[in-house]
Amino acid sequence: MSEGVSEAVAPKAAWRPGNDLTGWLQAAPLTLILLAFLLAPIAMIVVVSFWGATEFSIYPDFQFDNYAFLFGSEVTYRVFLATFKYAFITWAFTLAIGFTVAYFLAFHIRSQPIQIALFLVCTIPFWTSNIIRMISWIPFLGRNGIANQTLIDWGLIDQPLEWLLYSDFSVILAFVHLYTLFMVVPIFNTMVRIDRALLEAARDNGASGLQTLVHVILPLTKPGIMIGTIFVVTLVMGDFITVRFMSGSQRANVGRLISNDIGLLQYPSAAATAVVLLLTVLIVIGILLRFVNIRKEL
Amino acid sequence: MLGSCGYSRRIRPNFLSLRRCDATDLGNDGSGANMRTGNDLELVHLTKRYGDTVAVRDINHVFAPASYVCLLGPSGCGKSSTLRMIAGHESVSEGSILLDKSDISAMPPARRGTAMMFQNYALFPHLNVRDNVAFSLRMKGVDREARHKRANELLALVHMTQFADRLPAQLSGGQQQRVALARALITEPKVLLLDEPLSALDPFLRIQMRAELKRLQRELGIIFIHVTHGQDEALALADEVVVMNNAVIEQAGPPREVWGAPKTEFVARFMGGHNVISFNGGKVAVRADEVRLAETGVPAVLTSVEYQGATVAVSARTEAGEEIFAILPEDAYFKSPKSPGEGVTLAWDEGRMHRLLA
Repeated sequence: MSEGVSEAVAPKAAWRPGNDLTGWLQAAPLTLILLAFLLAPIAMIVVVSFWGATEFSIYPDFQFDNYAFLFGSEVTYRVFLATFKYAFITWAFTLAIGFTVAYFLAFHIRSQPIQIALFLVCTIPFWTSNIIRMISWIPFLGRNGIANQTLIDWGLIDQPLEWLLYSDFSVILAFVHLYTLFMVVPIFNTMVRIDRALLEAARDNGASGLQTLVHVILPLTKPGIMIGTIFVVTLVMGDFITVRFMSGSQRANVGRLISNDIGLLQYPSAAATAVVLLLTVLIVIGILLRFVNIRKEL
Repeated sequence: MLGSCGYSRRIRPNFLSLRRCDATDLGNDGSGANMRTGNDLELVHLTKRYGDTVAVRDINHVFAPASYVCLLGPSGCGKSSTLRMIAGHESVSEGSILLDKSDISAMPPARRGTAMMFQNYALFPHLNVRDNVAFSLRMKGVDREARHKRANELLALVHMTQFADRLPAQLSGGQQQRVALARALITEPKVLLLDEPLSALDPFLRIQMRAELKRLQRELGIIFIHVTHGQDEALALADEVVVMNNAVIEQAGPPREVWGAPKTEFVARFMGGHNVISFNGGKVAVRADEVRLAETGVPAVLTSVEYQGATVAVSARTEAGEEIFAILPEDAYFKSPKSPGEGVTLAWDEGRMHRLLA
């Protein structure tokens, strides 16, 4: 924020020949990287999404068949809806857990070394790969898995619970497990920057603990929540492997639609789906950013 | 009632009428402490420990009703801990705090009848000025219209009406401070606690706000306890100055008494304007403006000369190795100007030497 102010106040540097060139040169490396690895691939996907395909070949073209098929198919809507459902439920759980964890770390742990230590503990699951973390749920949740066995041993159930694995439950469980940290980090980051005097001021003004949370901490944590939301929503909406493994290929989301198309070498169709997904996610983020200004967090 | 006090004001917050007007006059002569009437605040054997370190050691003090009190001392002397204990933001290790004869030391901050103005104002950055001021009413569940009306009254009191819809970040330091004041006063406190309220302001604004604080305190007729490490601030504002050092109160009294008759070497040095000189096996304080350059007296070597406009501040080292400061009228000095390194003779009236107890 303050940079903007100082820029406005600082007198403009005298123009020297070559100033422009130096500036461009300084910006060039990043520009080139972004061009080569972000914009070019996206442009390629957009181009390919208009190409045509047969069972055994794809050919350059400019036609709307892929989009027409996509929007004409009832499956598309069902799968997009399922994707939104996963994103929303995962978001709700990661937010609840992430906010609680961040709150605990930021406000209940007084000593900074312990704060940092506990924070690192949160990241331990990330020392191993996503897939392994996901797959390790399978022996736990399976029909004869630890969870079912324990519940039967305790006499809480007679039959193994079928919905524990290869269901929406297991998919969402895995998502929450995988992505909660993406909520914890930005929220924690915002929370530790809240001036402790504000909490005292709230108490001085007669706010209870809950009132302080609702009227002071929550509003001031919004940018962190928003950044975490963007992480979780984009990760879940773009995911395909979690849904495939945890649902035993019985559930679908947009990512799996694309991955199936690619498996069948239907690149133009996959590209069209990818473009629609990209636009959908951009629209979601656009809507989110209307609500909260995250600029001061970046 | 208020009208009889002779203060003109545009608004009269309801709680003002509960105060006794004549109490305003009590604090000024410092004798209010003996009267024990009205809303007085008493610290009884107040102690604060952090582990093994003692931040505040067994202090006893009575703050007279409607007085402006400055807690003065170097950093780490315990003045802030004392203030925060009164506010309820720091637990009391031992002793008690009595407001109107009832012990408030175990109550939550908002129930004590105190309000605190924080050093960096601690305004809620996401709320506009009006909502900041109305915050405590909102917590109490007062409806929107009523709390906005009341907040507007308080904003008028601190001359901030036209900024009601701004966010704190859009205000200058002085304006933020006025808002913080209004937010503290809306809780109708009997005691307002100010934690180094002027330290974040530039010197010009500081003097302006200091007059403002004094005006408000007179109008409201409540106790202001103002923590500061600036003795000029304390002298300018206070009805009573409480000098703290090493977790205890060194001296308390009206500013003229504390400045003019320091009890200890620490107070004499901290309040400034005094020389502390060894004399007959003890220490005495001599005001710098009582020291003259004369024909006979204590020989010394001039070490520095500072022109200050109406006065000239010189310092000189005596043969005993003591540094003595003198503040000389400009015309007297320039009749025979000296430069550093020259020998001079310093003199003062024996009668103006003030014996220090410690």
